[in-house]
Amino acid sequence: MAENNRAVVKLKEKFSASIIDVVEFRGEVTVTVAKDAIMEILSFLKLSLQYNLLTDLTAVDYLGKKEERFMMVYLLYSIPNKDRLRIKTPVSEAECTIPTATTVWKTANWLEREVFDLFGIAFSGHPDLRRILMTDDWVGHPLRKDYPLQGPDREPYKGRLS
Amino acid sequence: MAATETMTLNMGPQHPSTHGVLRLVLELDGEVIVKVTPHIGFLHRGVEKLSEHRTYHQILPLTDRLDYLAPMSNNLGYILAVEKLMDVEVPERAETIRIIMAELTRLESHLVWLACHALDIGAMTVFIYAFRERETVMEIYELISGARMTSNFFRVGGLSQDVPDEFVKKVGDFIDAMPGYLDQYEGLLTTNPIWLKRTVGNGIISAEDAIDIGLTGPALRGSGVDWDLRRDNSYSGYDKYQFKVPTGENCDTFDRYKVRLIEMREACKIVRQGLDRLKPGPVLADCPQVCYPPKENVYNSIEGLIHHFKIASEGFAAPEGEVYQGVEAPKGELGFYIVSDGGNKPERLRIRPPSFVNLQAIEQMSVGTMIADLVAVIGTLDIVLGEIDR
Amino acid sequence: MGVDNPLGDNVITTSLDLLVNWSRKSSIWPMTFGLACCAIEMMATGASHNDLDRFGIIFRASPRQSDCIIIAGTVTKKMLPVIMTVYEQMPEPKWVIAMGACACSGGIFDTYSVVQGIDEALPVDVYIPGCPPRPEALLFGLMKLQDKIMTERNSFGSAIGLGERYIPETA
Repeated sequence: MAENNRAVVKLKEKFSASIIDVVEFRGEVTVTVAKDAIMEILSFLKLSLQYNLLTDLTAVDYLGKKEERFMMVYLLYSIPNKDRLRIKTPVSEAECTIPTATTVWKTANWLEREVFDLFGIAFSGHPDLRRILMTDDWVGHPLRKDYPLQGPDREPYKGRLS
Repeated sequence: MAATETMTLNMGPQHPSTHGVLRLVLELDGEVIVKVTPHIGFLHRGVEKLSEHRTYHQILPLTDRLDYLAPMSNNLGYILAVEKLMDVEVPERAETIRIIMAELTRLESHLVWLACHALDIGAMTVFIYAFRERETVMEIYELISGARMTSNFFRVGGLSQDVPDEFVKKVGDFIDAMPGYLDQYEGLLTTNPIWLKRTVGNGIISAEDAIDIGLTGPALRGSGVDWDLRRDNSYSGYDKYQFKVPTGENCDTFDRYKVRLIEMREACKIVRQGLDRLKPGPVLADCPQVCYPPKENVYNSIEGLIHHFKIASEGFAAPEGEVYQGVEAPKGELGFYIVSDGGNKPERLRIRPPSFVNLQAIEQMSVGTMIADLVAVIGTLDIVLGEIDR
Repeated sequence: MGVDNPLGDNVITTSLDLLVNWSRKSSIWPMTFGLACCAIEMMATGASHNDLDRFGIIFRASPRQSDCIIIAGTVTKKMLPVIMTVYEQMPEPKWVIAMGACACSGGIFDTYSVVQGIDEALPVDVYIPGCPPRPEALLFGLMKLQDKIMTERNSFGSAIGLGERYIPETA
C-alpha cells in the first residue's frame, strides 16, 4: 500500500505540512505536494532516498477541471532500489512559474524547456530557457487545452475527427 | 601574435550524418569543438496533442511512427500502459509473440544503428551487409502484419491476429543465421585499426554524469551502469527468460558498440527461448469491453460486427487515474504516461522519449574533441528524430 | 502553348531532345534528404536488396550536385524554410518526388505543426502513396519520373539557353 512506500513514509515524517495527497493506482504511488516545498522535496528524494534518475518531467493541463490549471509531474526512478515515484505539484495559471529542477538533475534542462515551449510554464533559475520544439517566433503553447489541434490559423476540420 | 577567435559552423538539418533533421550549431576553435548547441523540433508532428483527440485504439498507429526504427517496441510500451490502466490480462501466446517481435525489433534497430554508425565513420561495407539482414526482419514484419515498417500489429489485450504457420521457421532460420552475420560485422570492425582509432576514447561520459543527465539503455550500460528494465522492472513476462545484460568499462564509443553487439546476440537467444515457449492458444484477451472481437466473428455474425463497430468508433472508457509504463526500447527507456479523466480519450498522453534525453549528453561527450569525432558521437547516441521531436 | 520553343519541333531537335532526356533519366541523382520514417525505406531502397545504383540513381549529399529531391517524410512548418532553401540551391533541371502520405498530404498528422502536403510549397512531379511506401513503390515512382523526363521537349534548346523545357499537353 501507498502508506508503506519507503518514500511516502519518509516524506510524511519530514514534510507532512506540504503533502497534499498520496494516491496509489495500479501499484504506482503518486504524491502531490505544495509548490513552495517542491525543490526541498526533490533534493531530499535525490540525496537521501537515492532517486537518482529523473525519468521524466512533464505537465498536464486541467483547463476548467481543477482549480489550479496546470499540474507539474516529476517521474523519479531509483537505480539502486529499482522503484519509481511520481511527484506532482499544482501550478496556477496566474502564477505560471516554478523553480527549476536542473539544480538537482541535469536531465531537467531540456525537459523543462519542452514544458516551457508547449505549456508556457516558466522555470525560474533555468540556465537556458528557450523554446525547443517550436520555432522561436511561434505564438501560443500548443499543448494547452485551449490551443486548437490544427493551429489557430486554420479552419477547424469539420469532418469525422473522433 | 595574431588574435584568434572561434568560428561558428552550422551542421544540419540537411546533413547526411545527423540521422535525420537534427541541426547543430558548433563553435569551433580550429577543428576543436568549443560548444555544441543542438536545435531540434524539425520533425515535431504534435503526436501528444493529436493523442488527446484520438481514442485509445486509434493512438496505436501514431506510436509506430515515433521511433520508426523500432515500431514494435513503441507499440509494446503503449499497449502495456493501456493494459495497466484497464487492468487487462494478456494470454500467454500473445505475450510470447510480443517478446519475440520486440527482440527482433531490437535486432532491427541495432542493425540500422550499426549500418549508419559505420557509414558515418566511413565503413560503407557494413551498411550494405546490415541492411541485407534488416530486410529479413522486414519480411517477418510483413509476414505477420502486412506492413514492412509501421506494423501496428499489437492490440490492447493481445495481438491483431495470430501469426501464420511459417512464422516459427522463418524466425528460427534468421535467428540461427544471425550470430554468423554478427561475427562477420565484428570481423569488419572490432579489430579494424581505423574503427578503433575513431571509437576508442571517443565520447567519454562517466557513470555518474550519465545518470545525472538521464542516459538510459545501451548508452548508460556502456558507461558501466548495470541496469536494464527488462530484468529489473520486468514487464510482459520478461522475467521468464534468461539473458545477460552487457555493460561497458571505458565509457567510450567503442564500449557502447560492444554493448550493442552483445545485446544483439542476447536478443537472438531471447527469441530462441520465445520460439521454444510458443504454444497454441488464444492471442486476444477475453475482455469485450476493451478488445476488438476476433475477425471471424466480425465477418460472420451481426453481434461481432456491432461489437467491432462500437470499439472502433467509440472506443472504451478508461477509469480515472494515471499510469506510467516504461519499456526497454532499443534506444533506452521508452515510457508512456497516460492521464485518464474517465473518458474514451486520454486527458494527456506523455511519451518519454529515450533519444530526446540521450541527445542532451552530446555537449558533454563532444566538447574538446575534433569535429569529425562529433559524427561518431551522434552515431553512438543512436538517436532517431521522430522520437525526439514527436 | 505559351511556352517559348525557338528551335521548333523538327527532326533534328527532337532527336537531340531525346538524347538529352535519355541521359538525364539515366542519371537521376537524388539528394539524401531524409525527413522521417520514409527516409529509412529510401535508404533500404538504396541498399543491397533493391540497389538503386543499377538505375543510375546515386544519392548525393549536396543539393548543388543533385537534380531530384525526394521529400521523404513529414514536412513541418519549422522544416519548410530549410527545404525551400535546399530546393533553391539545386541547379536546373530539377524534379520533386513526394514520398509517402505525409509529404503528399500531411498524412495522419493533421496538426498545428505539420505542413499539409509539400505541394503547398514545391512543384511535385511524382506522388508516391504509402505510409511508408515500400521500396518497390519508390522504385516505381522513380521509373514514372524517368517516363516523365522522356516526354519533355526542348530539353536540348533549354540546355543551350534557348527557351524553356516543357511537356506537350497530349503526352
